[in-house]
Amino acid sequence: MSTAEVISARPEPAPQPGHPAAPVIHWIRFLRSELRLIFLRWRNLALLAVLAALPVLIGVALKLSAPGGDNGQGPPFISQVAGNGVFLTLASLTVLLTLVLPLVVAVVAGDSVAGEAGHGTLRYLLAIPAGRARLLGVKYAAVVIFCLAACTVVTAASLAVGAALFPVGPVTLLSGTTISLGAGVLRLVFVTLYVAGAMAALAAIGLAISTLTEHPIGAIAAILVLALASEVSDSVPQFALVHPYLPTHWWLSFDALLRSPIAWGDLQHGLISFGIYVIIFGAIAWARFSTADVTS
Amino acid sequence: MSAGYRAAGQRDEVSFGNADDEPQPASVSPRTEWAQSAIATSGLSKRFRGGQLAVDGVDLAVPRGCVYGFLGPNGSGKTTTIRMLLGLVQPTSGSHQLLGVPMPAGTNAVLPRVGSLVEGPAFYSQLSGKANLARYDAADRTADARTAGPRISAALDRVGLLSAARKHYRAYSLGMKQRLAIAAGLLGPRELLILDEPTNGLDPQGTREVRGLIREIAADGTTVFVSSHLLAEVEQICSHVGVMRTGKLVFQGTLDELRGRGTARILVRTAQPAQAADVLSGLGLQDVRTGEHEASAQLGGQPPEEVCAKLVHAGVPVAGLDTPRPNLEDLFVELTGEGFDVDG
Repeated sequence: MSTAEVISARPEPAPQPGHPAAPVIHWIRFLRSELRLIFLRWRNLALLAVLAALPVLIGVALKLSAPGGDNGQGPPFISQVAGNGVFLTLASLTVLLTLVLPLVVAVVAGDSVAGEAGHGTLRYLLAIPAGRARLLGVKYAAVVIFCLAACTVVTAASLAVGAALFPVGPVTLLSGTTISLGAGVLRLVFVTLYVAGAMAALAAIGLAISTLTEHPIGAIAAILVLALASEVSDSVPQFALVHPYLPTHWWLSFDALLRSPIAWGDLQHGLISFGIYVIIFGAIAWARFSTADVTS
Repeated sequence: MSAGYRAAGQRDEVSFGNADDEPQPASVSPRTEWAQSAIATSGLSKRFRGGQLAVDGVDLAVPRGCVYGFLGPNGSGKTTTIRMLLGLVQPTSGSHQLLGVPMPAGTNAVLPRVGSLVEGPAFYSQLSGKANLARYDAADRTADARTAGPRISAALDRVGLLSAARKHYRAYSLGMKQRLAIAAGLLGPRELLILDEPTNGLDPQGTREVRGLIREIAADGTTVFVSSHLLAEVEQICSHVGVMRTGKLVFQGTLDELRGRGTARILVRTAQPAQAADVLSGLGLQDVRTGEHEASAQLGGQPPEEVCAKLVHAGVPVAGLDTPRPNLEDLFVELTGEGFDVDG
């Protein structure tokens, strides 16, 4: 083996075209690959299908439970659905936010890093090197896009079912004002974005938990337990002092968007709470992941 | 000779490894040499949280362009060392360079030029072989998306998987999975290939193919660092060898140096072994043994012809004389301990 010859015969590696100039392209390429993994996975598609099916179930149940038989009890917005199908979206989001939406987000967020570690693909991604910060960033971005997709599926399915089963017309807001159907649907878009923001905060918690283990099931369970514990604490009056700081406390504050004028105060509290959770748990995820020994 | 030989060699010969004799890494591999090394480590150590010292002061020096066999029994710290080289595990102490670039600071700069296979293949079972390589290629920020297709096909072709490119990974055989992992290491132009047990789980044909592939890659000028617990495999393809034992590098050098390191013995076939043994002892030779029709001792640098002359002179009927050198396997076992003799 003539080492010297080999080295001298070898030209210096040419700089890869477009490498330092266009890092964004490589982010997008990696993100697309990540999204393909999430959205082409049968399990995740089944979860989205469940999210689409549940509003149908709720709509049919409300249709069957006789118009006018409303006694003002049960979850908010339920009573309005019979009068205006648009409200089915709000009813569905409210119902699904208690368990199903957090569950779906927990599955995808919990799997994000722990799944790669469990499969052993994490060591190859890091040896490529994908870059630890870049990998974490892409993972989180993809999960947030999934959260948005999940909320959009609920909204779209609810709107479709609501329109099919119930009369649809100008929307009477919680404050009593009536706005046009178009303006009402626009409000629903904002509601969907707000709920997606709530789920993105949960996803940040999920990402941090996901970096702690190589068992995705454990991470998923931990996220769900955390969300449920927060919801339970939120309903215990004795804990009133900590309620505003609970991650789930502001999830249902989207009704602020259904007032005229919009009740920005609650909305702001919610968005700030989500933002703080994203920052704190994003930092935890980074602190853990940037130094973690990958031995899986 | 084998049983007696191993007993002879145990302690005094283990110490001939560089790592034990010269604790100052700087004197072994001065910084100037580091730049020419494909891999250079200095005092690389890893203590896991359980307190177990998995890697203990390893000073690797892998020259560019060589095929380096990283030998050691299972559990001797090879994989942990490789994980540290690739920045997957943080060393407790020590430092290292890849291709002259200090790690882990240079991770993003140097790892794109390094292909690796660490502790078996790992892919997405729901994706095809081709889609799996596309996934890893997408994670590489230095890879050009426009050339991904041809590069992936070329890598698959090189390991003979082109016809199975669209098959799901979960339907791959163990050998195919292993080859796909090697293909993943060949997606770009590499200057260094780090392969951890690349022939694990392969049938003899597959092993042959991988050996051929490694030779081919090395012939292109790529440095290949290949870990194995199979000496025969390393002997066939490697120019340099490092031997690990319970976390320590107990030998490092060329294959010929390893061969030369064995202590030569002199073996006298004679009808009077006791008499021959007396003569050998009288010459100051160590570790004198007698058999039914033979006597042997460590030669210890004495010219065998002189020993023979002394024997004949002393009236020992010499029927045959041999200076057997231990084979590589004996040397390896001597360095790493018997199979179940795991110390620490």
